[in-house]
Formats: sequence, structure tokens, C-alpha cells
Amino acid sequence: MPHDANSQTSARAQPHGGGQPSVAVLISMGRHPLTGRARRADQDARAVEMALSLSDARPRLLHAGHFDQDSEAALRGYLGMGFDALELIEQESGADVIAALSDRLRETAPQLVLTGARAENGEGSGLLPYLLADALGWPIVTSLASIERIERGEATLLQALPRGQRRRLRVRLPAIVTVDSSAPAARQSAFGPARRGVFERVAHASVQDAAFAKWDVQPARKRPKRLKIVKATSARDRFKAAAAKAEGGGGQILADVTPEQGAEAIFKLLQEEGVLR
Amino acid sequence: MKDDLRRDPRKEWIARNRLHPDHQRVLAELGQLERGAASAEWLGPNGLTRRDPHAVGFIGPNGLKRIDRSGAQQAATASDTRQRGAAVDTRQSINIETPAFVVAVVPDMSGGRLSSQDRDVLGLARQLADADPARPGAVLAVLFGEHKEDSLGEAGIDRLLHLEGDEFAGYAPEARLAALMAVEREWAPRHWLLPDSALGGADLGRRLAARIGERPATGVWQLNVNESAATGNAGSSQGWQCLARGAAGTRDILRPLPRVVLALAECAEPVYETRHAARRVELSEALPETLGRITDMGAVAVDPAGVALAEAEFILSAGNGVKDWEGYHRAAEVLQATKGASRVAVDDGFMPRDRQVGATGTWVTARVYVAVGISGAIQHLQGIQNCDKVVAINFDGGCDMVKRADLAVLGDSSQILDALVALVERYRQQQQESRDAA
Ligand SMILES: Cc1cc2nc3c(=O)[nH]c(=O)nc-3n(C[C@H](O)[C@H](O)[C@H](O)COP(=O)(O)OP(=O)(O)OC[C@H]3O[C@@H](n4cnc5c(N)ncnc54)[C@H](O)[C@@H]3O)c2cc1C
Repeated sequence: MPHDANSQTSARAQPHGGGQPSVAVLISMGRHPLTGRARRADQDARAVEMALSLSDARPRLLHAGHFDQDSEAALRGYLGMGFDALELIEQESGADVIAALSDRLRETAPQLVLTGARAENGEGSGLLPYLLADALGWPIVTSLASIERIERGEATLLQALPRGQRRRLRVRLPAIVTVDSSAPAARQSAFGPARRGVFERVAHASVQDAAFAKWDVQPARKRPKRLKIVKATSARDRFKAAAAKAEGGGGQILADVTPEQGAEAIFKLLQEEGVLR
Repeated sequence: MKDDLRRDPRKEWIARNRLHPDHQRVLAELGQLERGAASAEWLGPNGLTRRDPHAVGFIGPNGLKRIDRSGAQQAATASDTRQRGAAVDTRQSINIETPAFVVAVVPDMSGGRLSSQDRDVLGLARQLADADPARPGAVLAVLFGEHKEDSLGEAGIDRLLHLEGDEFAGYAPEARLAALMAVEREWAPRHWLLPDSALGGADLGRRLAARIGERPATGVWQLNVNESAATGNAGSSQGWQCLARGAAGTRDILRPLPRVVLALAECAEPVYETRHAARRVELSEALPETLGRITDMGAVAVDPAGVALAEAEFILSAGNGVKDWEGYHRAAEVLQATKGASRVAVDDGFMPRDRQVGATGTWVTARVYVAVGISGAIQHLQGIQNCDKVVAINFDGGCDMVKRADLAVLGDSSQILDALVALVERYRQQQQESRDAA
């Protein structure tokens, strides 16, 4: 994948303000699902990738959280995508970062804030973008597949729907958007920039998340499979349910109709189901 | 036998005693004479049921005597009360007049129907509502927009708030949130339950939780009573605990049940033993105007060929019965359907391998699956188990695909497809004209 670090630096060299929208990406520490090793969080990396794909934006990275060896390794992964600095609000471990992030976003006032849908660590409830949006009073749009354009204080977005469908939305800026896993995959992290990047530290008091500390957190158990319970009153019904082929009957059968009549019936069904666009 | 078993021992005794002067009269009274022959089943002197094997059964189509012990067919010749018993809905109907509290559920209603996850969440809501039989709660469902569901009460809904209007159409989280806030003010539900499904309840539920300042439990997949805390206040919401998936599905979090719950599929058994009233309720005050900062500009046409077969919504699938392949491809284009195929069509080289539906191909989940000239071999039917509506176009009215189909049209596939293409093209043209006129 071509690494367009040049366009990045030239974009960043321009003076602050002006026409281009300022974009902030909230990043967090990810964890490999099998090895548990610290790494970029997949959805956050996609959000960074999406920010980088905006031609005239100057994305900035923002992280709030506990800083140690693990999280440094993960955060440097993001720097390796073509950044020379990221903003770090250092917090105690187990802190609730909403206040820190919302204060910082209010201060820096970016036009657009991108995040992943949910964290790979901690509670991972996916609530953070909503709480930030509520605290800042900004609109929030979730599951983005891409950002089409940003102009005159509005962003035109493509939202990923289930079944591979897309929906176009327009949202008033400033706004918070979260990125879906159907967004383009993140580029590789380059080792050199990752090493060279610096952390710009911002101070903020940390607030402990008292409720989370009280909960019992365990590695995920395998969920029990739902049993198919046959509610039948007689042995014959139970046997029929157990030995049934694909459920038959109940369907409407049109025999001896002209092709036109048949097509009419199919057309009606397609329309009722709303699959004809 | 009568509906309610009321026994008159004296009459039974007379009925057994052929020599009793009143024997014939009593037999007639007990309804055993009308059937002519001797009764097949009666209560013996010790209260045991006695059967006469010669009196049961009926003559089958081939002239042989058949005995159907389930009673399904015997009913025609034997007792008629049994037949009525079989047809009657045995589910108990429940009407909660004055609920002690309200549990609000906002089902997704994707495609206008309750999804299976919606039903599971409603089942979960029933667990919460029915925990204390002395003080039952009501399940209030909030539905947006039109729906095609006619069995809402059977899914466990006591109260139904149906909000219609253009402002809720499409992606309208702000208007929906405003409506939920009105529900919150009016009924103050003890719990809010939503399916944790992308773009449905997951989005709306988190907005709601952020707005009312409750920390929700997300990805909930199990609900249980906290034994240690439950003593004394069993059934009240303090005793509930939930098990939720966290950290991208790698952790289980055990925590007390909060007010707002976003639940995964199969979090509870759906309701099927009771029927509920699903009585309509209305909001007492009109909804306030919302300032819409998000505008839905409609669906974007995606290339149906680019959609993965497994998640396609509308599939036009071709089998050995397709003779006119040009026509089939044109039909798929005009209908904007994703193409699928049976194994034979693939093996014969008419369709690429990645389009094969079935046991050795892709398991599809389409909402509408149109099978053109596919016989419905079990390997193929397995692959379409999760499809909602199946349409079959086939010569042969007896094949398994026709049995599986919700709508089967018997006839030549090419002619029917051609007629369908003509219809859809006309429809598209009309739409275009009305759009141009507007
Ligand atoms: C181990 C194994 C795995 C398999 N896995 C799969 C799998 O994953 N997917 C799969 O699809 N199959 C699979 N098969 C094959 C499967 O058993 C069937 O052979 C196959 O599905 C039949 O395909 P068909 O229905 O298209 O063809 P046919 O069985 O030949 O059916 C053709 C149908 O078209 C109708 N017809 C013919 N002409 C016309 C016309 N002009 N107009 C309208 N209707 C017409 C006929 O009445 C008939 O019903 C597997 C088989 C095995 C042994």
C-alpha cells in the first residue's frame, strides 16, 4: 500500500484554521483476540484510515488513558500510519475518560470526530461516542462506510447497513461519527514513523470508574446452544416434528396460470416485501 | 364423553347393564347409540378407560382398516369433542389490567416484522414483568412506522404504542429518541429493553441511555437472580443480575441489571405459551418538534453482484430448469437481485462456483429467495433454511422446492421470467415518470 506521508506533512504545514475541516480521531488500545498482545484497535485504525482519506483534512490523533509499555506499543502503531505526533491525556488506570475527552474536544473544537464503534478492552460497551455527543451536544452517526465530502458545515456520509446496503446521510457539523468494520481496512503501520512520533501530553484530572471496578469480569464463556424445543401434545406430532423435512405446506401454489398472471403474483410479493427498488 | 367430565355413576351402571329396563334410554342419553355400533371407549366400573379395538379406526383409501392413535383422523368417525379440542388454541390469554410497573421494549421490526431477536428480547421482558405473580408488570412495545405483524400479542406484548408518521421513516434517530423520551416521561418504565443489533436497538438504545443518564448493560445474553441479594426482595429489580459480553466479545461481565438493557439474540426464550392483549395506548401529549441535524438522503444503489451471497437480501437463483440464460441474467439485472445457483447450474458451467447455494456452497439469509427451475434437493434446501420468503418457479408441482415455497408458480421458467421482467420494467418506467413530473 503506498504510503502518502508526503501529502500528510504538506497538509500539516498549512496554517491552522482556513477552509479545511479539522478532524480528530479518538484512538484506543486494541488487543489481539487470540494472543492478547497490545496492538492498534481494528475499528480505530479504520477510523484513522478514513480520516487520512479525506483529501484536505488535517487529522489529529487523541488518546486518553493509562500510559504504560503496552499502550505505548499500541499507540505507536497509529503513529506509524503517517503521523508525527499524537495527543495523549494521561489518566490513571481504570479511569473514566469521558470527562477528559469531552473537555479536550470542547477546547480544540474539531469539526469532525471519528471513533471506532467500540473498544477492545474494558467494558467495550460502545457507549463512549454517545456520551461524548451528549456532553458536547453534537449529533452522532454510527457505522460509517465512508465520508463522501465535507462542505459548508455539513458532511455527506455513507452509512453501512446490514446486507451490504448503503445509506447516504447528511449531518450538520460539528459531529461525532463512528466507523463500521465495512470501512476500508487500515494501512500498515510503518516502523520508522512509529518510532519517531512523539506524544504531546495534556494534563487532565482522572475520574475513577467506580462501578466497573465492582463488576465481575471473566473471559468469555461459550454460549450455550439453544435447544430446539418441540411443543407437541401427542407422540405423533413429536415424531413428525423430529422427522420433518423442510417445512412444507402453507404456501400458495399457482397452477394453470398464464406466465403473465404468475409474474403478476411474484411481482406483488416482491413489492410487499419491499425488495424492488 | 362430554367436555366437562361429570359422571353419573347410576347412569353408567345402567349403561353397562344390558338387562336394565332403562338401558336403551340411558345409552341414547349418553350419546353412545347415535354412532350406531357399540362405543369404542367407555369408563369401566373401576374408573379405568376400556376400549373396544374393533370399534375404533376407519376404512382407509385402499379399503384397509386404519387406526390412527393420535386421534387426528379418527376424530371424524369417533367423538367430536376431541376434534374440537385439537383445534382450540390452548394458549392461555393474559390481560393485565393494572400493571404494577412497565417494561418498555423497542423492537427493531426490520422489514416490518418482529425479528427472532425481537422475540427473544420480548421473552426477556416477560421474565422481568412476570417475576412476581402478585404484582405483574406490563410489557410496553414501542413500534415506529408501518408493520406487517398481526401476532404481536402472541409475542408477549401487553401494551402497544404505535407511532406512525413521516418523521420516523428511514434513519431518524433524533425523532425516535424524542418519542422514547416522551414514553419515559409518561410511563417511567422500570426497564428499557432493546435488541443490541447494529443500527437498530444498538444505536437507539445507547442514545436513550446517554440522554436519560443511565449506564446501560450492552451485549446482555443471560439474566439471572442474584441469590445473595435476592433474599427478602425476590423478584424486584434489585435481585436481578445480567451477564453481558464486553471487550469486543472476549469478556463476560457479571453485573446488577441496570434500567437500560441492550440484549443479544437468544438472550431468553421467546413467548409461546401465552397470548397477551397488545392493547393500543397513545401518548397523552403531542411530540415536540425535533431539530433534525441528521438528514436521511435515502438508500444508495449498490451493485447487487458486489454483495456477498451470504448477506444478500434478495436472491434470484438459477437451477437446471433455466434454459434461457440470457433471459435469466437480464432478469437478475432488472430486478436488481443478487444471483445464486444450484449445484447443477454451477457444475454445468453456467454459473461461477462462488454463486452456489446449499450445503457445499453458501448458506444464504435472504429475505426473498426466488428459485428458478430448482427441484429442491435437500442439499440445496439446507442452504436456504434461513430465508424468509421463498418463491419457486417450476414445471413440476410436486417437487420439494414447491413444498417449501411460500409462493409457487408452475410453468416454464423462461416465459415467467420474461413476463416478470416486462412488468418490472413497466413499473420502473412509471416510477421514473412520476419522479420526473414531481
Ligand atoms: C454431497 C453433495 C452435496 C451437494 N451440495 C449441493 C449444494 O450445496 N447446492 C446444491 O444446489 N446442490 C447440491 N448438491 C446437488 C443436489 O443433490 C441436487 O443434485 C441439485 O441441487 C439439483 O439441482 P437443480 O435443482 O438445479 O436440478 P434438478 O434437480 O435437475 O431440477 C431442475 C428443476 O427444474 C424444473 N424445470 C426444468 N425445466 C424447466 C423449465 N423450462 N421451466 C421451469 N422449470 C423447469 C424441473 O421440474 C426440476 O424441478 C449436492 C449433492 C451431493 C451429493
